[in-house]
Amino acid sequence: MGSNLLEIHNLHTHFVTERGVIPAVDGVDLIIRKGEIVGVVGESGCGKSVTSLSVMRLLPQPPGKYAGGEIRFKGEELIKAREKRMKQIRGNEISMIFQEPMTSLNPLLTIGEQIIETLRVHMPIGKKDATNRAIEMLKKVGIARAESIVRSYPHQLSGGMRQRVMIAIALCCEPELLIADEPTTALDVTIQAQILDLMKKLNRDMGTAIMMITHDLGVVAEICERVVVMYAGKVVEEGAVRDIFANPRHPYTQGLIRSIPKMDEEQSRLYSIPGQVPKPGSITEGCRFAPRCEHVMDICKSKLPELISGANPAHRSRCWLNTTQEVAN
Amino acid sequence: MSQPAVQMSVPPPSHAEVSSPWSDAWRGFRRNRLAMIGLGIIVFFILIAACAPWLAPFDYKEQDLMDRLKAPNGEHWFGTDDLGRDIFSRIVYGTRISLWVGFSSVLGSIAVGTLLGIVAGYYGKWVDTIISRLFDILLAFPGVLLAIAIVAALGPSLQNALIAIAIVNVPVFGRLVRAKVLSLREEEYITAARSLGMKNSRILLHHILPNCLGPIIVQGTLGIATAIIEAAALGFLGLGALPPEPEWGKMLSDSRQFIQKAPWTVLFPGLSIMLTVLGFNLMGDGLRDVLDPRMKS
Repeated sequence: MGSNLLEIHNLHTHFVTERGVIPAVDGVDLIIRKGEIVGVVGESGCGKSVTSLSVMRLLPQPPGKYAGGEIRFKGEELIKAREKRMKQIRGNEISMIFQEPMTSLNPLLTIGEQIIETLRVHMPIGKKDATNRAIEMLKKVGIARAESIVRSYPHQLSGGMRQRVMIAIALCCEPELLIADEPTTALDVTIQAQILDLMKKLNRDMGTAIMMITHDLGVVAEICERVVVMYAGKVVEEGAVRDIFANPRHPYTQGLIRSIPKMDEEQSRLYSIPGQVPKPGSITEGCRFAPRCEHVMDICKSKLPELISGANPAHRSRCWLNTTQEVAN
Repeated sequence: MSQPAVQMSVPPPSHAEVSSPWSDAWRGFRRNRLAMIGLGIIVFFILIAACAPWLAPFDYKEQDLMDRLKAPNGEHWFGTDDLGRDIFSRIVYGTRISLWVGFSSVLGSIAVGTLLGIVAGYYGKWVDTIISRLFDILLAFPGVLLAIAIVAALGPSLQNALIAIAIVNVPVFGRLVRAKVLSLREEEYITAARSLGMKNSRILLHHILPNCLGPIIVQGTLGIATAIIEAAALGFLGLGALPPEPEWGKMLSDSRQFIQKAPWTVLFPGLSIMLTVLGFNLMGDGLRDVLDPRMKS
């Protein structure tokens, strides 16, 4: 295990709106080690994207607001960093790719221009060297005929190719951390697999750690080593992927795993977790999942459980079921 | 899993030559017949303006009191006005004035309006409030009335009319650009550019401004038509070009008392204004079809 690349401690990110303060991220702890692929899973609105934008400091302020906690990247506190320092970090040390490859490239610049621009923002490199570097990068992400693709415009490429280009741009300065915000959600299933393979290969070859934000446990199973499950602004379970799939301890994680369609079973109806994600800001005391939980107990409604580990120290969950079991044992 | 990265098996789109969004737009524009007619009219008038000294048979200010209010004939193709000046020559030279006023006032409006609009849209907050209220105030006056007020303050001359028209049209472009910037700011590729560590100035100049150009060009073309009409209106009211400048609006107002006796004195300047304005409007509409609201997907 390498040392910690990114450490998020007790992060609180709020949205200040006219109707009050919404705690979108409410005390999140998360660690990403060097060269590791970590999945961050949860339904829409659980705070996973806000967490990633918080790390990049790209949340518009207002309405966004850092209400507490710290984000350390290689020991450096990012929340308090100067904007100038953040500009050096973005794209060079931490990069990001987005969900929608159709809209995340500038329609008026060629693919090459967009890679070269990023390179030249971060390093003193001549146009010619940068062009060669861009072509090399495109080859690295598996684009055939890179020499002619550098001269094409985004609208001439398919969604899968554009996502490859996005990855090439994000990785051209060899950052140590890549934040991927649902990078495969908008793609065809076959293309999804190709992109995941590519990310896995680049992770291995370049040693880039990846924070993979997704709502798809299939993606997590495919490429992640560890996974963090979030619900309503809090981490509810974290651990190694195989531990969590083999032995999910939080009822929410169990529900997520049960709702993956299985090919080998006759299922007339797909399982879905009853109820809905609580409206942001409507959260009261106790466990946030309690209203939807099938194992709900009295204590769940009044007191929020801690994120604790059982026998395996790397597998932690936030559920009273597990604490009472542990007490009973 | 350790298979090598999957190479794209799909052949990349066939593009013999690089087709930029701009060249795609031009291809679409060429297919629009009305727009091409508009472009033809504009090119025609630009050629007339450029070749005025060779086209005009007479000096535009040369008076011949013996030949007053002559109907069109072999010598004076468009007839003569009340001072015996050759109307054809005056129209030919007037083309220069109208095009000059149209282009330069619109360029001025674009320069100032785009700057203010981008600043307001990108930085927001109180900067936006101040600039937007300024636009609201300017737009609260009817265009020509405001232009009249400005010319009255500056003194009547062609140059002051031009400045007045430019000022009147600043909020048109300012608002357009501000709205476009507001929507562009939410685009994922702008967030992506920020996530790559680019500076605000680079994002504004290299990513936001070029993506605003489409609507600016469309509005600019239509704006030239408006500016030409406004210049003619100011000329008609005696607030624009001073005699003996052959400004079309001025020619209309000077001759309106002879409209029954010598209709050609108003017919030809009127037709010229109509034709140029029509040309710019046709071309503007054609540009809108290919450039607005989105380039092409």
